[in-house]
Order: sequence, then structure tokens, then C-alpha cells
Amino acid sequence: MSSPTMDLLRSEPMQLAQLIIPMESAHRTISYLGDLGLFQFKDLNTEKSPFQRTYAAQIKRCGEMARKLRFLKDQMTKAGFSPSSRCSFDTRVTLDELEVKLGELEEELIEVNANSDKLQRSHNELLEYKLVLQKAGEFFHSAQSIAAAQNHEFEANVMGEVSIDSPLLLEQEMSVDPSKQVKLGFVSGLVAREKSMAFERILFRATRGNVFLKQVAVEDPVIDPLSGDKIEKNVFVIFYSGERARMKVTKICDAFGANRYPFTDDIAKQYQTISEVSGKLSELKTTIDVGQLQRSNLLRTISFEFEQWNLLVKKEKSIYHILNMLSFDVTKKCLVGEGWCPISATDQIKNTLQQASLDSNSLVGAIFQVLQTEESPPTHFRTNKFTSAFQEIVDAYGVAKYQEANPGVFTIVTFPFLFAVMFGDWGHGLCLFLATLYFILREKKLSHQKLGDIMEMAFGGRYVIMMMALFSIYTGLIYNEFFSVPFELFGRSAYDCRDSSCRDASTVGLIKVRGTYPFGVDPKWHGTRSELPFLNSLKMKMSILLGIAQMNLGIVLSYFNAKFFGNDINIWYQFVPQIIFLNSLFGYLSLLIIVKWCSGSQADLYHVMIYMFLSPTADLGDNQLFFGQKYLQILLLLFALVAVPWMLFPKPLLLKKQHQERHRGQAYRPLYSTEDSFELEIQSDLHGHEEFEFSEVFVHQFIHTIEFVLGAVSNTASYLRLWALSLAHSELSSVFYDKVLLLAWGFNNVIILIIGIIVFICATVGVLLLMETLSAFLHALRLHWVEFQSKFYEGDGYKFYPFSFASLSEDEE
Amino acid sequence: MYGFEALTFNIHSGYLEAIVRGHRSGLLTAADYNNLCQCETLDDIKMHLSATEYGPYLQNEPSPLHTTTIVEKCTLKLVDEYKHMLSQATEPLSTFLQYITYGHMIDNVVLIVTGTLHERDVHELLEKCHPLGMFDSIATLAVAQNMRELYRLVLVDTPLAPYFSECITSEDLDDMNIEIMRNTLYKAYLEDFYDFCQKLGGATAEIMSDLLAFEADRRAVNITINSIGTELTRDDRRKLYSNFGLLYPYGHEELAVCEDIDQVRGVMEKYPPYQTIFAKLSYGESQMLDKAFYEEEVKRLCLAFEQQFHYGVFFAYMRLREQEIRNLMWISECVAQNQKSRVHDSVVFIF
Repeated sequence: MSSPTMDLLRSEPMQLAQLIIPMESAHRTISYLGDLGLFQFKDLNTEKSPFQRTYAAQIKRCGEMARKLRFLKDQMTKAGFSPSSRCSFDTRVTLDELEVKLGELEEELIEVNANSDKLQRSHNELLEYKLVLQKAGEFFHSAQSIAAAQNHEFEANVMGEVSIDSPLLLEQEMSVDPSKQVKLGFVSGLVAREKSMAFERILFRATRGNVFLKQVAVEDPVIDPLSGDKIEKNVFVIFYSGERARMKVTKICDAFGANRYPFTDDIAKQYQTISEVSGKLSELKTTIDVGQLQRSNLLRTISFEFEQWNLLVKKEKSIYHILNMLSFDVTKKCLVGEGWCPISATDQIKNTLQQASLDSNSLVGAIFQVLQTEESPPTHFRTNKFTSAFQEIVDAYGVAKYQEANPGVFTIVTFPFLFAVMFGDWGHGLCLFLATLYFILREKKLSHQKLGDIMEMAFGGRYVIMMMALFSIYTGLIYNEFFSVPFELFGRSAYDCRDSSCRDASTVGLIKVRGTYPFGVDPKWHGTRSELPFLNSLKMKMSILLGIAQMNLGIVLSYFNAKFFGNDINIWYQFVPQIIFLNSLFGYLSLLIIVKWCSGSQADLYHVMIYMFLSPTADLGDNQLFFGQKYLQILLLLFALVAVPWMLFPKPLLLKKQHQERHRGQAYRPLYSTEDSFELEIQSDLHGHEEFEFSEVFVHQFIHTIEFVLGAVSNTASYLRLWALSLAHSELSSVFYDKVLLLAWGFNNVIILIIGIIVFICATVGVLLLMETLSAFLHALRLHWVEFQSKFYEGDGYKFYPFSFASLSEDEE
Repeated sequence: MYGFEALTFNIHSGYLEAIVRGHRSGLLTAADYNNLCQCETLDDIKMHLSATEYGPYLQNEPSPLHTTTIVEKCTLKLVDEYKHMLSQATEPLSTFLQYITYGHMIDNVVLIVTGTLHERDVHELLEKCHPLGMFDSIATLAVAQNMRELYRLVLVDTPLAPYFSECITSEDLDDMNIEIMRNTLYKAYLEDFYDFCQKLGGATAEIMSDLLAFEADRRAVNITINSIGTELTRDDRRKLYSNFGLLYPYGHEELAVCEDIDQVRGVMEKYPPYQTIFAKLSYGESQMLDKAFYEEEVKRLCLAFEQQFHYGVFFAYMRLREQEIRNLMWISECVAQNQKSRVHDSVVFIF
């Protein structure tokens, strides 16, 4: 097996292959291919609806089993068991056995549940009954004692004088003729507290107020026997008179789901029922406990094997899904599948096929043959855990066209680097590095855990963040920033005070006493008046240099793409004028910057650039950096002007010519034998599809040209964001340092200092480490997607998704 | 403020409009219906629906399925969506959303009252009620003996109370009474809803008045057809028609005196929008009329989505989903009873 040398730059070579698999070994073959995970099947039955396909019945079976498994899992989580993966001893169960087993388990569980539900319900009913007995008993008791007291009082009143304040009708009321006294009926029970108001209202309306309702709230929530939920309830007793009222009351009770319980007003009987109920309750409790124990035992045994079963069912289901994508051959004895695979995996796949037919004792082996196709293959990069996150960044913009140069390779370095240019502070970089170090060191553990949304993202990009942190430490050292504190790390500063008292350090300035500071910005620059002008000029120019370099890389990549696809037109009429245009204007600017840096000249580069367009022939004067600059500028300007029509016109015209030639050739080709003409027809059929519309091509090229020419200016300007963000970052951190930490320090008070430190840490973490990271990340992303990738990247491919069991278990998470 | 809804609409209702449009795109398409119509068993239907938005609601149903389970679960999805929208809505959208359910409330009241009249079990009846039209004391409806009690006991607490002003009588309930009550309530409800939409103004009023007018006209036609040959007098019939719509008032006068279906047809053909509906039917036929009306309604409801910044989409979506559930019920019934040849009789494609 030849391993490809450039894994990431271009997609692995893919091929369309046909598999002819005998029916008897089909299942095993697909299963083995799923283990291998290197073959992407194409759906050959797109016109068939899911249930018309061959293996619809099996998929339904798997769906049913999956449902049973979900049921079991639901029961397990309710009972507090989590499916344990540790005890998956490798007992191979087949699908059929599993189906039977699952069916049995489900039935058993349902039965156990039904039983325990029944018991639980009667248990809850008894509990409610007990409550009613207690609460209603209290009513009656208190009512009776009040009545007795009143009676007593009344008798006392009758004995003595009638007092003024005793009700006048009292006598009449109390001494009703016993024969006329209607026997009041009553109903007692429980009603949900939230419904109690409506209940009372309806009762009142239905009986026109001829009821007496007494309610007492039950303190603790009660389990409703019907629904099994915990609800707050009231115990009620309704007194009514007459048969019609009784009917109405019971109907209303039913309608409100109020459970009625029999009750006697005889106290002795009450006590008797209470004790009876309590006895029954404890009996039921033991029965329920035994049932629960049995149930949890059952669930525990299930939980040991659950994961294994779940995986099996998922695998089977996916296998049948794949089988459904295959079509029958003419004899109906074989299944024919088509799909993509990497050319390098051919041998592996062939071996797998052989192994499968051996293991299933099939007489005929499966056949693997490569098909020729015009279709564009899927794009496949072999990434590892380090490169995959960077590839994701590129794929988020668009998946590379098949075998087009992959910007992901360069992104691995340029992305964190551009980020670091904006985030240059080695203190912050160190914090970021330590944070990702935690992720990386606990990688194995964390990758199996479920993290939150944001944590998941940070964890997924841990290597990106690590690279970003390392590069920020590097640029931080160059900028000499550590939470905006300068350090003399690489030797002593080149500058010193004029005299020992250092009085005029901030007014007159320092003098250079030693050789230049060896690495990065001299620490003495920090806090001086000339710090900002110096750093701004440095960073601005550096941004332009970096930008031009990256854009040139993009254009050079377009050359490699054109060369790879053998597209000479793109090389000569796109790549060449583009590189000339960009470099004759902005490449020249970069040259000027470097010359200015090296020579220490005072020339104004803005002026040079602007007057290069406005009056190219005018004398440069003080701004001349080197001899012959004026003539070079005129030459470059001419180059740039020529490059524009060069980009615009030849390509569409040449394409048109090519198209015409191809068709003319076809029209005059001599006729061969019948077989050849058949092939010819196929060929012409293929070419017939690509219609050529000159105006469309021209407009397309026109837009491209404008985009490039204007883009050269705007993209270069866009790279200045590197400077802007870097400036913002260093200014923010110096504000936090000066205005919070140093200010708090100045008070000489421990409490203020502690508060100051806390505020400083919060601001540093919240604003600088989180928000600034995000913003610099987004800007780096934009620079890659727009400024860099627009130069060469098509990104209209599609990804290679092989059929693989490994991805199956990932989906589950 | 006509024409300026676009400025302020999204402040309160933009999110929900987006939600409802998202829901709409989840409606089954003609391709889905074609596949569903080819199903052999209810399990096939479940399998097909599992690929749609109904998937999560059906996936945990054990295998011997019944039509009622499918319909119940599909309705549950609608109810969940409705509840989500209602809980997110602010005034006046929340009132508007509540108006949508009053129709179901009326149907439920009628269902329970009729059921108790025929001495059915209340709980059995409650299960048949549409979940959107449920209110707290619905079960107590069974206690009432006549309209007055019905109103005084239960309905006075519900939003339906004002609609009852027309039909409080002390007569005992019977089938005829109940049917008249349903139609009176519906009339009052439609008129109230119509006024409410007019009050909202703007595109909502414009679109909803069209949809409600169609609803009112359809009810008028149905009342006419159903009351032919009954003891309902012309004046009583006239009273049941809603006081708006395309047919109001002259069409109503003519409908009130119709004595057979062809006369109704004669009346309706004078109105161009209804001409097309009746043109599809042969003379003397009223069976296919329902389907024709449903098709026309679906067409109008779909058009409501063409305009933005109005509440009509919520109404339209609820109605379309209900139509979809009716379709699913019909398909499932046909499949369950092996009557596949009749599948297309009553299915109204939405897209």
C-alpha cells in the first residue's frame, strides 16, 4: 500500500467503485466494511420510498427494538440506574435472540409495572382515605364540641334570664320540631387545591347555595392515585339535603376528579376504620417494597448489557440502511453497490471483502471493480486530532473541491500567527496556554464526558487555542508586553537617563548608552511619549507586510491549482496578471517599507504611493529612497495598468475558442464502426451537458477582475486590522494595569488593594482573555476566509462520509 | 396605522412569526402524501412519519398502532406548538391565539352535552374532546339540564359566555336544540372574532376578514343544506347566518328560502369565488362539497403566508395543521380498513 506523501494539501485520490456482493454474504460484508469505515455508499434507490425498499421490514424490526431499548433506558433512569459499559462481557448475541429477549423483558417490566402501579394506587387511595378520616374527624369533633357548648350555653340561658345579646330566633332555631328536621347527607373526600375554588363555586351554583362545604388544606402534597403525581390537596366535607342534590354533588365531584371516601360520624367507628386502614397500609407497603426490589434487580441485570445491545441494534439498523441503498443485479442473486473510496484503501477493502465471503462460507466472493466516472469525487483529508480543528475552520467556509489545494495546511501556522499579532501579550498568552494545557492533559477523560456548549467548543479547538497561545507568547515577547508591564528579559535596555537623578527623563528624554536591545521592543519605550507613534508605525507597516505576503501566497496557490488541473489559461491569463498587479502596487509598497526600515530614511510613504498615481512623472524630491525610483514607479504603474485588461479579456475569448474547436472537431469526425459510434454518442452526451454561454462567462470574468482589482486595495487595507486590534489590546491592558492596579496600590490600603486586584483579575479574564480572544479569533478567521482564501479557493466540494460504525457511536453522544 | 406594521411588528411578534413560518415548512408535502397513500399498514405510516416532524411523537409507540393513536399524537404535536406560541405571545397576539381555540371549545361543549344527553360516560367523552378546546370546568357540563343551567353553571366562567346571550332558553336540551345552540354560538364567535380582527387593523384585518368571511359563508351553506327538510323555519335559519361575509346580506335572504341543493347551487353561482367550487360538482351532489370547500380553504390559507407582518399566519397555520391531521386520519383509516382505493377521496393536499 503506497501511502500518499501530501496528506493535507490535496484530497486523497478517490475512486468510484462497484461492489457485487452475493446475497448470502451481503450482511456480513457490509458489517465488515462498517468496521473498516473507508467506503461511502451511494444510494441507488433514490426513487423508492423508505418502506418500498428491500429491507424495510428489517429496519422496522430494528426500529421496534430501538423503541424497546428506549423504554428500558427510560425505566432504568427512572429507577436510578445508568447503563454501565464496564460489564460488557463479550457474549455474542444475534439480532433474533435479542429481539426475543427484549420482547420478554419489555413484557415482564410492563407487567411488574402494572402490578406495582395497581398496588401503588390502592396504597395512595388508602393514604388519602386516612387523611380524610383524620381531617374530617377533626371537623366533626370540633363541630360537635361547639354544638355541645352552644347547647350548654342555651340551656344555661333558658335557665337564667335571656340576655340582650343572645339571638332572638335562637330559641326557635334550637327547638325545632325533631320530626321536621331533615337528615343532612354528606360527602367527604379530597380535591386538588388549585381546583378547590372552582369546585366550591360550581357546587354553590348547581345547588343554588343549598350546600355546606367545609375544606381543610392538607399540609404535605398528596400523591394522586389516578395520575401518580404529587399534588397539593384539600380535604372537603359537603353537607347537602335531598336526593337530587346528592346526585349533583357526586357528579360534580367526578367532574373535578375529587376522590370521595365513605365516612361515618360515629367516633368509635371512625377509630376502627383508621386502625383498619393503617393495618392495610403497612401490609401494602411491604408488598410494594418486594415488588420494587424485584424490579430493580431486573433493571440492574439489564443495565449491565444495555450498552452492548444498544450498539448492536444501532449497527444492525445502519447495515440494513446501507443494504437498502444497494440494487439487485439482473439475476437477483447479487446485490450491487456503488460508492467512493480512497484509492489507497483498495487493498484493504478487497481483503475485507474476501474475509467476509470466507467467514460466511460463500461459494462466490464479492467482486470489487473500479468505475470510470465524470462525477466529482468527495474530498477526503486524513486529519488527526491536531489538524482536524484547523481543517474544521476551513470546512466551515466550504469543503475543498476535489484535489484542490487545501488552505488548511497553511492555516495551521498562519491562523494562530495572525491571531497572535492581534493578541500580543505573553502574560495573556501564558494564561491561555495553561487553560488549554488543562484540556490537553485531561483529553482522554474529557472526550468521553458531556460538556456544555461553550466548553465543548473550547475543547474541540484546544489545539488551535494552544497554538494561538504559543504564538501570542512569541509576539508578546516581541512587543515586550506582560499584562502591559515591560520586562528586561533579553539583556539591559539600550537607553538610560542623562544623569543619576533622572529628573528630566520624561521631559528632555533618555540617551542611548548601549547597543540595541537584542530581541523585540526596548522596555524603556514603554510609557514614553514616543511609544505610540513608534509602535503604531511599526505595527502598521508590519501588518501590510504580513498581508501582502499572505495574499501572494494565496495567488501562488492558485498557480499550483491551475498547474495541477492542467489549466494553462488560468496560469497565463489569471495568475500572471494577478501577481503582477498586486506586486507592482502593493508589493512595491512593501519594498519601500523594507528599504525605509533598512536605510532609516525619512521619506513619506503615503506621499510616494499617492503621487505615484496622481503625477507619476513628477520629481520625488525628499521622498526618494533609491536611485531610479521614479522610472521604476512609472514602469510598475504601466505593468499594473496592462494587467487589468490582461485579466479581463483573453480568458473568456480563449474559452469560447476552445469550445468552438471542440464542437467543430466533433462535427467532422469520421464515422467508425457501430461500437465506436456508440462510445462516441456517450462522449458527445457528456459534452453536450456543458453549455457555453459567452456573455455569462464574460460577465463572470468581469466580476472576478473587478473583485480582484478593488480587492487588492481593500484587502490590503483590511490587513490593517492586525495593527488596530493589537493597539486596542495593549491599550486596554495598560488601562487596566494603570487605572486599576496601580491606582489601588497608591492608596496604601489593604482592602482597596484587594478590591483592586479582584477588579483587575475580573477585567483581565473577562475582557482581555475571553472577549479579546474571541474578537481576535474572529478577525483572524475573516482574514483567512476573505482575504486569503478568496485568491484561490473554490470550496464547492463535498465531504467524504464513509459508512463506519465508529461514527455511529459518536452520533449517540 | 395601515402600512406601518412593518416598523413595529417584529418588536413583539417577529419571533413568533418566524416560529410559525418554520412550523409551516414542516407541513407534509404532496410527495409525502403520495408516499403515505402507498403504505400497506399503519406501521408503514409510522415509519414514514418518523422521517417528518411527527417523528419524536410517534417513535415510542408500541407496534400494533391504531388510527386514534396516530391522530392523538399528531394533535399533541399541534397542541405543544400552540402552547409554546401562546406562552411566548404578548397582547394582542395572545388574545388572537386564544380566539383560534374558541371554535374547538364550542365543539367540545356540544360534544359533552350531546354525549350526556345520550347517557355516555363523561370521561369517555372527555377523551374525545379536542385538546385545544379544553377548559377547567368542562367536565361539569354533564350536570346541566337545560341551556340556562349550562350557562349559569359552567360557561359563565369561560370566554364563550358572551356568545350565549342569544341562546339562553329554559327549554330542555335535545339534539335539535343543541345543534341550533352550536350554530348560534359559532355565529356569535365568528362575528366577535371578525370584529376583533377589524379592531387590530392593518394586514391582519385584511387577511383575516377574507378568511373568516369564507368560513362564515361556508357555514351558511352547510346550515342551509343540513336544515333542508327539517322543521327549522326560514326565519330561524336566517338567524343562524353570521352577519358578515360575501353572502351577507342578499345571499342570506336567498339561501334562507332554499329548499334543495340545486337551489343552493343557484344562489352560490352568483358569487364568482364560489362559482369555481360549485362548477366542480355535478348537479344534486353534496357529498364532495365538503372536500371542495376544504380545498378552497387550504388554498386561501396558504395565500395568507404570502404576506408578512400580520397575525393571519397563526390562524392559517393552525387550520392547515388541522387539515393535515384530518388527512392523516383519513389515510390511516383507509389503510387500516383496507380501503385504499378511497384514499384520495378526502385527502386535501396542502402544497
